[in-house]
Amino acid sequence: MSTTETSVPPARKLRRRRFGDNVGFLLLAVPLALFVLFILYMFFYLFRNGLGVINWQFLTQAPTKGMTEGGIWPCIVGTVLVTFVSLVFSVPVGICAAVYLSEYAPANFLTRAIRSAIRSLAGIPSIVYGLFGVALFVTGLKFGLSVLSSGLTLGLMNLPWIIATAEEAINAIPGSFREGAMALGATKWEAIRHNVLPYAFPGILTGVLLAVARTMGETAPILFTGVTYYTRTIPTSLSQKFMALPYHLFTLATQHDQISTVRPIAFGTALVLLVIVLAFDAVAFVIRLRVAGANKWQV
Amino acid sequence: MPESKITVEKLNLWFGENHVLKDVSFSIPPNAVTAIMGPSGCGKSTLLRTVNRMNDLILGTRVTGDIRIDGQSIFADTTDVIDLRKRVGMVFQKPNPFPKSILENVAFGPRIHRMGNHADIQQRVEQALRHANLWDEVKDRLHDNAFSLSGGQQQRLCTARCLSVEPEIVLLDEPASALDPHSTARLEELIRQLKQDYTVVIVTHNMQQAARVSDWCAFLMLGELVEFGRTENIFTKPKDRRTEDFLTGKFG
Ligand SMILES: Nc1ncnc2c1ncn2[C@@H]1O[C@H](COP(=O)(O)OP(=O)(O)O)[C@@H](O)[C@H]1O
Ligand SMILES: [Mg+2]
Repeated sequence: MSTTETSVPPARKLRRRRFGDNVGFLLLAVPLALFVLFILYMFFYLFRNGLGVINWQFLTQAPTKGMTEGGIWPCIVGTVLVTFVSLVFSVPVGICAAVYLSEYAPANFLTRAIRSAIRSLAGIPSIVYGLFGVALFVTGLKFGLSVLSSGLTLGLMNLPWIIATAEEAINAIPGSFREGAMALGATKWEAIRHNVLPYAFPGILTGVLLAVARTMGETAPILFTGVTYYTRTIPTSLSQKFMALPYHLFTLATQHDQISTVRPIAFGTALVLLVIVLAFDAVAFVIRLRVAGANKWQV
Repeated sequence: MPESKITVEKLNLWFGENHVLKDVSFSIPPNAVTAIMGPSGCGKSTLLRTVNRMNDLILGTRVTGDIRIDGQSIFADTTDVIDLRKRVGMVFQKPNPFPKSILENVAFGPRIHRMGNHADIQQRVEQALRHANLWDEVKDRLHDNAFSLSGGQQQRLCTARCLSVEPEIVLLDEPASALDPHSTARLEELIRQLKQDYTVVIVTHNMQQAARVSDWCAFLMLGELVEFGRTENIFTKPKDRRTEDFLTGKFG
């Protein structure tokens, strides 16, 4: 113990530490409070400006009169459709890749390199995926500007995220389940199929739902691959162009010639998009809470 | 030397650079309880896990020598690991039930091995649970989650799960180390019963336990087999100085 430390009376030392503790608390709590206030204000603002236009017609009709009236039905359908196509691609591929990486891939340099490449791919800006989608799906594979091209581009964007979260969910399952099954004479695949994947499922689903939420709000990947400014009809095949909520919002907010007239519609669109995205986030959150409560092995 | 169910011959095992088992040779007789004793880290679990080739799952494992069950090498190309593990059941140190119902835990093995139809499997489940002295405690709650059982019950459930596929050999790796004295006593009673139908090998670092349950006893130290013989002989007149030191508590 140094002499300077012992020379400070204990009571003062304690007070000093308390003070430091309080400063630390303020430093951490104030930014958080500001952040929460900001988010709440944003919600309030969106609801105040957007709630007025939302009614049954708004949700079920196509835009009319140069998008100054009518609803956003084609946008809702388009967004749901591309999201669905993206999942049909990314979920099976992502889960298979995750199972391979966590259970079968040899523990060597190549595997580690692939794993970290996947982590980096998850961080690449979505516009880059958009351009890549043009090159690969629109022109390369000649899928044209279509639901299919956009869906696959979004799927590609989601894939690293789905692989990473699924692998994490699989790794969270205790090795003893696998070992117990294999000691009974289960093959590796039987052990994974019956004693790993079912328990990893909620975690995988959470990752997928968060991916859905992100996919629905993305504009850049669909921008050059299939989304269109305006169409009265909803797509009936994967080779058609489509409208989508985030792009519609962008159009109304910045590209329209009567921006102030359509402003309420823009807010309404934003609100619908926000509610859909938050609904998926909320479901993911609830699953996570329930699983955390139910997983008796995680003690 | 007794009649032999499992013959271990000049067994050496390495985990990477770590030479864990050194020239281990002995014979495990059928329908008896054989205990493997020794200080922590001497390779008891490793030896046990070699018998059903669970060490195959650990990267960088290398084995020389041989283990024969009924004269057949477990490392031979003609030996199917899946079949081997069905014949050689294992109960782990920490109870590791699956997070399924009690019924599903025991039915898992018979199902993957397709041992009969639904009714046959129910029959097997009951039989295995009876065999593991657990039936009376769980017969009214077969659909409850296995995690709702006490530690001792979970360990007997794991034993039932192991018996459900009709193994010939049962390996137990310190099965009582996580249990209270009462549960331990019940488990030891079960182990003594098991030898009527099975060849039982139990790993323990608890010598009183080895004395209570085993007929034969192997003493392992730093990966070497120091002594093997009848339990009463090992405990009353050990031949090796190191065995004596261990039994008198000089280390362990
Ligand atoms: N999975 C493993 N990978 C590498 N080394 C291991 C592994 N398991 C055990 N060992 C090593 O093998 C030796 C024997 O371990 P173990 O058989 O578990 O001992 P015991 O069961 O007698 O306590 C120890 O040195 C331990 O570090
Ligand atoms: Mg051990």
